Amino acid sequence: MTNEVLLDFNNVTMQFGGVTALSDVSVKIFRGEILGLIGPNGAGKTTCFNVMTGVYQPTQGSVVFNGSDITNLKRFQITQSGIARTFQNIRLFSEMTAVENVMVGADARKTSSIPAALLRTKHQRAEEKESYDRSMELLALMGIADRASDAARNLPYGYQRRLEIARALATEPELLCLDEPAAGFNPAEKQQLNELIFAIRDRGYTILLIEHDMSVVMNVSDRVAVLDFGKKIAEGLPSEVRSNPDVIAAYLGVPDDAA
Amino acid sequence: MSQLSDLWKRLQSLSADVQVRWKSMSHVQRLSGYVLAVLALYLAPWWPKIPAVGWLVNTPGTQFSTVLNDQVIIFVLVALGLNVVVGLAGLLDLGYVGFYAVGAYVVGVLTSQHASLPWLVVLPIAVVVSMLFGVILGTPTLRLRGDYLAIVTLGFGEIIRISAKNLDWLGASRGISDIGRPPSIGPLKFGVIDPKPYYWLGLTLVFLVVFCLHRLEESRVGRAWTAIREDEDAAELMGVNTFKFKLWAFAIGAAVGGLAGAHYAGKVGFISPDNFPLQLSILFLAAVVLGGSGNMYGAILGGIMVAWLPERFRNFTDKRVLVFGIALVLVMVFRPEGLLPRRVRTKSPMKSASGGQEVAQ
Repeated sequence: MTNEVLLDFNNVTMQFGGVTALSDVSVKIFRGEILGLIGPNGAGKTTCFNVMTGVYQPTQGSVVFNGSDITNLKRFQITQSGIARTFQNIRLFSEMTAVENVMVGADARKTSSIPAALLRTKHQRAEEKESYDRSMELLALMGIADRASDAARNLPYGYQRRLEIARALATEPELLCLDEPAAGFNPAEKQQLNELIFAIRDRGYTILLIEHDMSVVMNVSDRVAVLDFGKKIAEGLPSEVRSNPDVIAAYLGVPDDAA
Repeated sequence: MSQLSDLWKRLQSLSADVQVRWKSMSHVQRLSGYVLAVLALYLAPWWPKIPAVGWLVNTPGTQFSTVLNDQVIIFVLVALGLNVVVGLAGLLDLGYVGFYAVGAYVVGVLTSQHASLPWLVVLPIAVVVSMLFGVILGTPTLRLRGDYLAIVTLGFGEIIRISAKNLDWLGASRGISDIGRPPSIGPLKFGVIDPKPYYWLGLTLVFLVVFCLHRLEESRVGRAWTAIREDEDAAELMGVNTFKFKLWAFAIGAAVGGLAGAHYAGKVGFISPDNFPLQLSILFLAAVVLGGSGNMYGAILGGIMVAWLPERFRNFTDKRVLVFGIALVLVMVFRPEGLLPRRVRTKSPMKSASGGQEVAQ
């Protein structure tokens, strides 16, 4: 972890009609760290993700990535500029094979289009091979290369979750956003996931992690930010956040006499 | 009913046997298999003369090779093009006849109505103009999804037909006659009487289109299209420029549709707005869905069935549409995903990227 700010989430407010999903939230993500983003259900964590990746345009505020403003970029442009994500509800291309899914991600960095594909130019064949090799490598890193040619919908749940991560990594991001990667995992699988996240970080990626499961967040994160009702209520080292009274109140509620 | 499904199962096991035997063949054997198959297709006009096969395929009341060209080739070409839009990219297009009409009208205008260029010169122009119409229609409408896109494209098909009907420049409802024919080469005479040369030309166009679409499917472009069909939002978040690739799908589909129209106009020599009714759009879509949306070879098979079945049953006179309808319903009951459903590509994409010879399969 360095002091270089990779992503600056700047005073973002997100309103849907009368509902304020995020109110004046600011978070900085430093290059090379694992930042955990936690909060009770409906706190605005996924909205945060959606603003960062261009699914929503924020009502106010801006998102600065690598020194340039990406607030108004299209979604695919944000991905090409170096942010990739997974989904809380698995959203694979279910009729495509595992390796094809990952190749779609790898294609984000490729340029050959219709004319090149029709003529099957040297450049196009080289890119195809590159996409394929890189995808197989990522499947191996995720430990799911044995089912590379199975349709994504036929893969077991744990494979699908890891395939999503492989697909996101294939876009060669600098920042990887994981939306509840441990959802539905048993303790052993969670342990494996922790190791996987470290392995990804060690390869030089910065990771933003949304997670409900405290055992994962607290073990993996370098820093933790806490959202509640669309506001950031705490930010700091896991140990600090854990003992923060506001955080405890948000998760466990406040006793009547103290309210 | 049980007998039918029994027969179906036997057919399935038979085709599985053939597949196994095919895979165990050597390279040379397979190559000669391809050559024989291609040869058989070029000799199709004589199929009705073969004993048992002839009884099955013949088209009472209409010359077989006329059906082959005017119906089958046209429907196969159109189904191939529409399959890119509907089957691969998942965009429901109910006005595809519009592009078919554009291709035919470009040929009509440039070889007869306002100029007399040779057909062969106009063919690429017709393809490019149809493609441009695809882009013109796609640019505003591809921001819509699903049902909304279907309604807008439905309108497009009608706009083309009604415009042609009302513009004197396009011959209005009189249509355009004396359209230029493909150039005769030696014994291959593209005239009024013999439809066989047109069929051979059309079949060659089909092979060409299959070759090109095959290359597109097995590339970044094909993956982008499939990803858009499966989950458009996820595709865009994985870096796919969804709008650009949807527009390409529309343009490619339109180009193939225009090619079919140009071939049609060159054969019949006369077109009028009544040749391009809305019903044709529906039949085109039926061909793709019946054959197997998303599978190129399925679309070809669907095109053949939709074009040939009504002609096969012509001696049922006014009940033939009923028989055709029943056939469609039966297919949809027993093969809800089409005759040849799309398959997940299980072979390694790299193998297919290295060799382009498996085009004629």
